[in-house]
Formats: sequence, structure tokens, C-alpha cells
Amino acid sequence: MTFQAPVETYKGAIRQIDVGGVAVGGESAFPFHSFDGEMPNDPKIAFEVWDIAPDDWSVTLNGVYGDTFGDSVAWAKKVVDEFGADMIYLRLRGTDPNGAARSAADAAATAKAVVAAVDVPVIVIGSGDVERDPEVLKVVAETLGGTKVVIGNAEEDTYRSVGAAAMGYQHSVVAFSPMDVNLAKQLNVLLSQLGLDEGSILMDPTTGALGYGLEYAYTVFERDRLAAFSQNDAKMQMPIIATVGQEAWKAKETKVSEDELPGTGDLVTRGLMWESLTAIALLVAGANIVVLRHPESAALIRKAISSLKGEA
Amino acid sequence: MALSGLQIFKLLPKTNCKDCGFPTCMAFAMQLASGKAELSQCPHVSAEAAAELGEAAAPPVRKVTIGSGDMAVVLGEETVLYRHEKRFEHPPGVAFLVDDSVDDAEFQTRLDTFKTQEFERVGQMLRAKLLAIESADAGTLAARVKKASDETGAGIIVMSEDAAALKAAAEPIKDKKPLLYAATASTFDAVSAVAKELGVPFVIKAATLEELSELGDKCVAGDFKEVMLDPMSANLQDAIRDQTYIRRSAIKKKFRALGFPTIAFPCRMTDEPLLKTVYAGVFVAKYAGIIVLDTLDPAQVMPLLILAQNIYTDPQRPMQMDQGIYPINEPGPDSPLLITTNFSLTYFTLAGEVEASKVPTWLLVMDTEGQSVLTSWAAGKFVADAIAVFVKKSGIDEKISHKKIVIPGYVAQISGELEEELGDWEVVVGVREAADVPRYLRGLST
Repeated sequence: MTFQAPVETYKGAIRQIDVGGVAVGGESAFPFHSFDGEMPNDPKIAFEVWDIAPDDWSVTLNGVYGDTFGDSVAWAKKVVDEFGADMIYLRLRGTDPNGAARSAADAAATAKAVVAAVDVPVIVIGSGDVERDPEVLKVVAETLGGTKVVIGNAEEDTYRSVGAAAMGYQHSVVAFSPMDVNLAKQLNVLLSQLGLDEGSILMDPTTGALGYGLEYAYTVFERDRLAAFSQNDAKMQMPIIATVGQEAWKAKETKVSEDELPGTGDLVTRGLMWESLTAIALLVAGANIVVLRHPESAALIRKAISSLKGEA
Repeated sequence: MALSGLQIFKLLPKTNCKDCGFPTCMAFAMQLASGKAELSQCPHVSAEAAAELGEAAAPPVRKVTIGSGDMAVVLGEETVLYRHEKRFEHPPGVAFLVDDSVDDAEFQTRLDTFKTQEFERVGQMLRAKLLAIESADAGTLAARVKKASDETGAGIIVMSEDAAALKAAAEPIKDKKPLLYAATASTFDAVSAVAKELGVPFVIKAATLEELSELGDKCVAGDFKEVMLDPMSANLQDAIRDQTYIRRSAIKKKFRALGFPTIAFPCRMTDEPLLKTVYAGVFVAKYAGIIVLDTLDPAQVMPLLILAQNIYTDPQRPMQMDQGIYPINEPGPDSPLLITTNFSLTYFTLAGEVEASKVPTWLLVMDTEGQSVLTSWAAGKFVADAIAVFVKKSGIDEKISHKKIVIPGYVAQISGELEEELGDWEVVVGVREAADVPRYLRGLST
């Protein structure tokens, strides 16, 4: 019996969407399965930038960004000019009412300055506080009217106001759902019912880091993509964004030295591995954008993507 | 050629005796057809039927065991392409490669490092269990294979292009089930003869899947069962294609020639140290059986082993923590007491936030069969009477001087009943999300 290539072809494909002038998605098979289908656009690497100085980041990251903490524009320029960021994921953590509680106008001014300072797409994300995000993101959407950005997160409790703000000023949204295939779909359905074009939605199905629920995220991503490919489900064909850096660098293993975790090796290497292994697994499972923090793990992922495309 | 459930059924005794563990012969036949049962489970099947069925009843990916005792690595027996369809069965064996670039002193150092390197995670001990020993010199190969096996107890992958050298090195440790690497088209007869004589598994390797299938066909024809495949992928694109094609051919087409676990060498696909481990991550996700590294750096090996543990966790059986008292940040008698369930993700997330808060805290983890707070509450496991029994028996009252317990915000509704059940305790409703725990704990202590 001779070998015959067991190719899988699918009915459906991921929508190609325009993120601030950069095409994302469009693949008709799992990422890098070029034997099954097309992958017209490489996955993108976004870097996380905050509007305030983080006080809970790993010392490894503080060493990279410490001099730009508190200056979002300098931080954004650094990740674009020095680290080759494809996109910026601007987290308005400062608007958290239980934290710095910055005003919406201040946060929007920061977002505007960052957008003006870099020539890559910007994704502007609220603090995650469902009371505060609608108010903040509305002002952000308005302030950035005329420039196409992505705002988020639109989630179960906030999708109406965030979706409306995006529609009002022709922005796209990140639809955030808590690690569940059905909830992800439901949110996409609700956003489209609101009138939002399906071509302006990115899905964030929740990322779990290595050792902290990665297997759940991995499988939800795979099932999301199977729904898009095999079932040709239009409400599941949005590109996926994975917040890898924020989850990976939360892990104890990325923050605690070898003195406190004997036999676990160098803290910096451990952190890079935590972030890059989380990223590579989720890229294979279906992520179109990975949001990273460390430039060296970004460099590793970029090289791995080259090899996955057969270029190295 | 694979048989259908009905074809298999016709060859079974049709007595519905249930000795196989299934209710009827038909049910057993269907399980055999899908590779989820073994023919040996039926004690009554006739010899002729067994011969006819043997081929059809074998698992789509053959089981291969390398090494022995605690260090044995079992591979194969996979039945799905996506873990949610059932589960991935056997996590990849991680091997550490020693080749001719390593001198004898360094060899000893590496064996010593290898021996002691293990990592505990969620109650499992994780480690690299295999040593791949390669040498162009037959004498060096034999000496190192013997030494590595004797000193570490690891499963050994014996690597040489020469069948005689493979035999000389593997024979003294043949009872430890070393893996011979590798038979090519030109050495297949010689290497497979050694494997047969010693009763050990071997690898077949070829640069294309067509050529690899031809070697695989020879293995099937020669009744070799313990075989592994090296498709010699040059880069990650080829790797994903080869691994995916092999797994699909075996499972969806019951293509016996490729129905064996694979071995991969990410350490030889790039020169960059950390990138090798990232490549290895792709092989963990995409079906590899053995993954060969050339580093023992724990900062790389531990994350890779955890990735394998994650991907090979049974989706139907979440990882669980042991029930008990977990002190965080060196708590004392006055420190606050939190209770949660033993779903490992719940525990890790909560423990991480408590640690980050730097507030000394007692964490009481209750066995809810690995279910999260809301799920176990809904299932009647994380409820007032059960929690009260656990708290009283846990021994926590010997460690703290207060009688105040914080329950997760998601089960606020049980607080009244729990207070009644616990008697003289005060039950406090905490926050719903772990992310809010640091602020909550800092608020408690002020």
C-alpha cells in the first residue's frame, strides 16, 4: 500500500480583517498547515504598552522597559523602533477605578499621543473594569475619530456601549469572552446584531499561560477554528488575538529567582521560555495576533514563524 | 486493511458473555473497529479469527515502550487528532542527546546533572527520562551506553549508522529496552535483524513520507511492532506536515505503515539554543513521541515538560491538587484563612495572587474532584455541610487563633448555612475573581 497525502480541506475560512492598515487572518486551514489550505497573512506580534508605570511586572521586564515606564509614547516608540512590533496593544490600566483612576480624557490623550507617535496599528484596551471601560472607551473612540484603531474589550457586560462607540467612529473591536466556545460565539452574534460589521471584530477567547490553564486556551482556540473551518460558521470566523505576555509574566516562575525556586534555572531564561512556549502553542492552535512583552521572546517567535513557513 | 465493526463481529464468538467488559459482542466489535479496545480482552476468540482480526484490532498507533522501571517511557496508542475529541494518551518522552562533541569528563558531568534533574508539578514528577547516546566510534558508543544506563537507569537511545555497533552497544542492556537509531533504506535489513535478535524497538528514518512508508510496510510485513518513525523534517513547516500526515494516516486511514510513534530532533534543526526549545514546543503540540534536546538547562527543560503535561492532560479529568492546608507567605496564628476547591487552575490562580499580595495567608484547599468553585457548588460538592466537615477535620484550628473563614464570592449564598454548620465560626464572603484578591487581602490587614 502506498502513501497518499491525507489532506484536509475545509468549507470555511477565517475572515481577513484590516487592523489599522495591516491585514490579519484570511487562512483557510489551521495556521502553517500550508498542505491543507492558504495562509495569506503571517501571524502578527503586538507589544503591550501601558498608560501608567506597572508596579507588578517581573524584574526581567522592568530591566527592559524601566526607563520608559510612565512615558507611553517613549515606550511605544521603543517597541516599534527597537523591537519591530507589528502592532501596539495599549492597555489603559491607569483608568482602573481601584488603581490610578485616571480620567477618560487623560487616557484618551495618551492613546492619541501613542497613535500619533508610531506608524503601526494600535489596539486600545481599557482597564478591564466593566463599570469604567464603557465610559473610557467612548472618549477614546471619539478622540481617535478619523484614525482607524481597534478598541476593547467588548465583553458580556460592556459590548453594547463599546460596540456602539466603535461603530460611531469606524473603529474595530476586540470581543473578549471567558474561555468558552459558545460564549465566544454568543458575543460575536450580539455584536453583529448591534450592527457591527463582522469584518471589524477580533476575538480574544482568553489566554491561559503555560502551567496556568494553557491547555484550556489551546483547546478553545482549536475548537473555535474547527467551527470556522469545518462548520463554516460565519460567527466564528474572526481572527484570534491572544494576550500571551500578560498571562505568562503573571506566573510565579517568571518572577521568582532561582534562590527561591531551587533547581529551576536562570530567571530570565525561564521567563522567556514561559512566554515563548505559551505563544508558540497558541499560534499553532489558531492565534492570528500574539501580544507579547519581552523583545527576546518576540525574536524567538518571529524566527519560529519563519521556520513554520518553511523559510528557515 | 481495516475491518468494519460488522466484519469484526462476524468473527467473534457472538455469545454476549461480557467477559471482555462490554455488554455485547457487537459493542466490543465497534470498539475494536475504532481502535479503542484490544482483541486480547476477549478470552474466547478462536485462533483463526484472532489471526484474521489481529491486524484490524491493533491500535492505529502502535504502543512502544523504551526503558524500564520508573524511567520507562510508553508511547503510541493515540486515537485522536485534537485533544478535545478524547485525550492524548502518552506525553512525549524528552531525551537528552550526548554526541561525540562531548568529552568523557563532560559526559560524566552531564550524567550527574541528568540524574538529579526532576520537577514536581501538580503532584506529578516531571523529568527527561531518556538519554540519546551517539558516537561514530563503536567502542565509545558501547562504553557510554553501558555507563549511562547503569548510572542513571534512563531509557537509552543508541545512535549509530552501523548495525554491528548498534548491536554491540545495545546487547548488554537489552533487558532495559533501549531504542536503536536508526534503520534507513540501505540498513533496514541489518538493523531490523539486530532489533529482532535483541527484542528491542528501533527507529526507521527516511527523508520523505513515501520512502518512510516503504520502510513501514517492511515492518508490518516482518511483524515488527515496536517501531518508531523519523521523517527527518528540515524545518517546522515540514515538521507540522510530516507529523500531521503521519497521525492522520494512522488514525483516519488506518494506514499501518505509518502507524507508529515518531521521534524528533529539534536540537538539530537550528543552532540557536533557546530557539531549539521553542521548536520542541511545536513537536509537543503536534504529536511527536520522543523529543530530543541537547540542553539540560532547567530553565528550558522544565517549561517544556510542563507544556507536555498541559497538552496531555485529559480534558475530561482536570488536574487536581491534594486536599489540605497551604501556607502562603509564611502565615501565623492571626493570618487570614481562605478556602477554595482543588481544581488545579483555581488553586494556581488564587495562590499566585495571594503570593503577589505578600499578605501571609492560610489557604484551605478542599477536594471537589478537581471542579472549580461554581461547578462544584452546582454539583453539591462545595456546599455548606461538606465544607463544614472538611474545615473541622482539616486541623486548621490548631494553626490559627481566630475562627474566621473567607469563602469565594461566587458562593456567597452558602455563607449563612455554613455559619450554622460551623457553629462558632464567622463566615466572610470574599471577592469573586482571583485578580481582586490582593486588594482584598491588603484591605483585611489594615
